[in-house]
Amino acid sequence: MNKATFDHDSTDPRLELRRNLRPDDWNNPAPAGPYNLVVIGAGPAGLTAARIAARLGARVALIEAGAIGGDCTNIGCVPTKAIIRSGKLYADARRARHFGADAAGETPDPALALQRVRKVQARISRSETAELLKSEGIDLFFGKARFADHRSVRVGDATLRFLRALVATGGVLRPPAIPGLAEIGFETVETLFDRDTLPRRMMVIGGGPLGCEMAQALCRLGVGIVLVHDAPKFLPEEERDAAQLLSESLARDGVQVHLNTTAVSARTTSEGKEITLSTGGDRFAITVDEVLTGVGRVPRIAGLDLAAAGIAADPETGIEVDDFMRTTNRRVFAAGDVCGGHMFTHVANAAARIAVRNALFFGRQRLSRQIIPWCTFTDPEIAHVGLRADQAISQGIPIKTYTVLMHENDRAITDGEETGFVKIRVRQGGDRILGATVVARHAGDMLNEITLAMERRIGLRALSGVIHAYPTQSAAIRTAADACVADRLTPRLRRLSGMWMSLLRRGG
Amino acid sequence: MTWPSRRRTASPYDAGRATKGHPVTLGDLDDDALLDALQRAAFDWMLENANPDNGLVADNSDDGAPASIAVVGFALTCWPVGVARGWMDRNRALALTLATLRFFTHAEQGGDETGTGHRGFFYHFLDMERGRRVWNCELSLIDTALLLAGCEAASCYFDADTPDEAEVRALARALIASVEWPWALDRGDTLSQGWHPETGFIRYDWEGYSEALILYVLALGSDTHPVPPDSYRAWRVTYQWEKIYGHDTLYAGPLFIHLFSHIWLDFRTIGDGFNREKGITYFTNTRRAVQIQSDYARLNPRGFAGYDANCWGLTACDGPGGAMNTADDTGRQFLEYTARGAPFGPDDGTLAGWAPAAAMPFAPTTAMAALRTMLHRYPGMLRDDRFLGSFNPSLPGEGPEGWISPRIYGLDQGLLVLMIENHRSGMIWDLMRASQVCNTGLRRAGFKGGWLDE
Ligand SMILES: Cc1cc2nc3c(=O)[nH]c(=O)nc-3n(C[C@H](O)[C@H](O)[C@H](O)COP(=O)(O)OP(=O)(O)OC[C@H]3O[C@@H](n4cnc5c(N)ncnc54)[C@H](O)[C@@H]3O)c2cc1C
Repeated sequence: MNKATFDHDSTDPRLELRRNLRPDDWNNPAPAGPYNLVVIGAGPAGLTAARIAARLGARVALIEAGAIGGDCTNIGCVPTKAIIRSGKLYADARRARHFGADAAGETPDPALALQRVRKVQARISRSETAELLKSEGIDLFFGKARFADHRSVRVGDATLRFLRALVATGGVLRPPAIPGLAEIGFETVETLFDRDTLPRRMMVIGGGPLGCEMAQALCRLGVGIVLVHDAPKFLPEEERDAAQLLSESLARDGVQVHLNTTAVSARTTSEGKEITLSTGGDRFAITVDEVLTGVGRVPRIAGLDLAAAGIAADPETGIEVDDFMRTTNRRVFAAGDVCGGHMFTHVANAAARIAVRNALFFGRQRLSRQIIPWCTFTDPEIAHVGLRADQAISQGIPIKTYTVLMHENDRAITDGEETGFVKIRVRQGGDRILGATVVARHAGDMLNEITLAMERRIGLRALSGVIHAYPTQSAAIRTAADACVADRLTPRLRRLSGMWMSLLRRGG
Repeated sequence: MTWPSRRRTASPYDAGRATKGHPVTLGDLDDDALLDALQRAAFDWMLENANPDNGLVADNSDDGAPASIAVVGFALTCWPVGVARGWMDRNRALALTLATLRFFTHAEQGGDETGTGHRGFFYHFLDMERGRRVWNCELSLIDTALLLAGCEAASCYFDADTPDEAEVRALARALIASVEWPWALDRGDTLSQGWHPETGFIRYDWEGYSEALILYVLALGSDTHPVPPDSYRAWRVTYQWEKIYGHDTLYAGPLFIHLFSHIWLDFRTIGDGFNREKGITYFTNTRRAVQIQSDYARLNPRGFAGYDANCWGLTACDGPGGAMNTADDTGRQFLEYTARGAPFGPDDGTLAGWAPAAAMPFAPTTAMAALRTMLHRYPGMLRDDRFLGSFNPSLPGEGPEGWISPRIYGLDQGLLVLMIENHRSGMIWDLMRASQVCNTGLRRAGFKGGWLDE
């Protein structure tokens, strides 16, 4: 076969990213009069807010200290999801015989995979370039912003006066305090994707969503991964069965899993980086080439001079906001990771929308009214919305869960993607959906239907009446809905229906 | 090493085997004789592996295996069964029971790294001779509870007015009374899984439906150091009431979870608040768990060899361990000793051959069908009529069983003796109705109805 590549886009993605998101030759505009809205931080929250406000005719300034796109485009969602895709390919290739193909010889090429990550970032950056924002009427400033007083912000020598401001400065990675780790050096997502290739052996410390995603993806790309987590199960926010399926998948991919294990010290030896681990009564050491950590994140508030503007904040939980996204300074709002809580791009976007409405139009929109789903992009994906069973029970709500195993779903079987389940939790005896967990290869996409139902208050039984194309994996949701409908058939109803049938027979 | 290496006494089944021209296999026996033969063989294993000096029983058949305190609890419950079945005389049972209780009564408590216990709890694994902690194991809540349940069974059984039997009762009562349950709450709502002298409490609690039901009943029922009833409610917060394969069920994956507490507690007619809210007993729930095992094996989503409606048994058991290749798929991961479960896994094709026999009291028809099918297909899953830990027909081996665990586990043997007995006569269930601590514990947990109200 012709080995020619069909990728004609030969621009250096590193250069393109910089040109789009942090152009070297950028000249900050001269600040214009008072702004309707000054936005600090051009991550998902800041971008959303600035663009909506500009579209509504507001005079908007957007200040960015680093690169447009924030964590999401530069170090977070985008690069991680891109590398996960490469990993998936190799995981599938390893099962090639199962699907009737011979894929022997297809070995991972981490350098190519990393190159692809940067191309994907560059591709996505094309819809949020500095030039584009300027053309949308936004005054874009590069530089570090800090509050001068209750009504103005300083960036470089410029002072920007505002009627309203939005703080959207995001979060920072927080590496764990392991004695010796800082001295021997370690990798975080901030540096990882800029590498030209991947190390041979790597330890990932922390089994939250990011740690699990990265451990699996890098392992699939041929890195020997040791994943260390100090609790008995991964993903503290998820239910036991989801975490359990994930553990099994990680082990199957070849990740060396150490649960209930704490990293207690680190040093360099002639063999590499040696990390001492402790579990129960035992201690042992593992040597790797590189350590990936800093997968926990905290709100970024340092250097903003929040006090000068009368904005209350806590280093752990971030800027204090009410349900309307308003800070303790009534002219200043905040949105995104800087407010702590659910640190996701889609939450940052939603909060930013609410903040703009409330800030510019005296709106009374509340974040707590929003149904917030999330997804961990391991394979299988783990998607969640609403209450877990234990949360409902603690609130005294009697619940029932309708569970459908993916191995009961025809499309999952045809596609060889049988790992996982759909669990939909309803109030016992009713059909009001309180929460759901989907574990499946495409769980994130499947979940949206349930989130829609919850947001629009559509009961589970109603979903049973919605025709789902066959065969699709999301039909598993309908199967759960069917079970809920069937539960209505009480013994009494069944008896009545039986009597009706025998009447019909006699009549016929 | 076996304790003492006593020869098994002949059973009618052995006699039949010797006289007939062709060898009699277990499969040739009728249901009653089959269960009798399996129960007897399991019982003899327990007896052969008990140290008469201190009553400790080996965790498994490996040379030099330490004792597991849970197995000792099972053993203490087995001895009365042996007496009732005429496999052991009462005096010998009494002597063994006394040796056990005296050992634990005088064992070093103090949380030393090489001691035996702390605050009334005991370490999970003890060396067979001196009864001291091995393997840096944890001070175990659940295993202490299983041990104490055995003590309580002994004290219910040895009810005669003799000095020795009175001593059994006094020692059992004192052991149970000395456990400082609230300490193990570690200022939280639920009981911790255990404690290490080196690192303190394990950061994982007993939460959600599991074999720890008996643990909570004993901890609630203590008349010296009870845990508050709220701890039982907190335990239940993580219950999973789900509809799986069309069955409404309180979910737990590994089968043993649905069995252990049921050795002693007869849940057929009693229920707690959860049971009343959902309209199901724990007993019926175990029956459904058995059905889910069978349904799962019939669907066999991971394509393992041998699985079908009559061939199942996903539970805590031994395993092949390591990464090996099977014919159909590459790079499967095989687990060591671990809790396997249905329908969410883990599942690596490893089955516990003993699981159906242990499920007899709950789903006799389904269980007997599986027991017979598996005995017929995989005779090598037993050695001397005793089930080995597990087997895995998806892996290569000498026979159709594929990989076979090389060892016999005390927990499996004890469970078989006791569950088969409950199926045959309900003996342990009846015996334990007289237990004060269980009665009190069940009531404090909110159980009502049936024999509790009598
Ligand atoms: C590895 C990784 C993977 C992730 N994967 C996902 C995912 O799959 N899905 C998901 O929903 N979320 C994911 N997230 C989280 C997601 O990236 C964040 O929730 C999201 O980026 C938050 O947006 P934000 O606008 O609040 O903050 P950020 O994206 O952090 O943006 C804040 C911006 O403010 C700028 N800034 C900070 N201080 C100042 C200042 N003083 N002056 C001017 N500018 C300043 C920063 O330079 C930055 O550009 C991931 C995060 C990481 C780290």
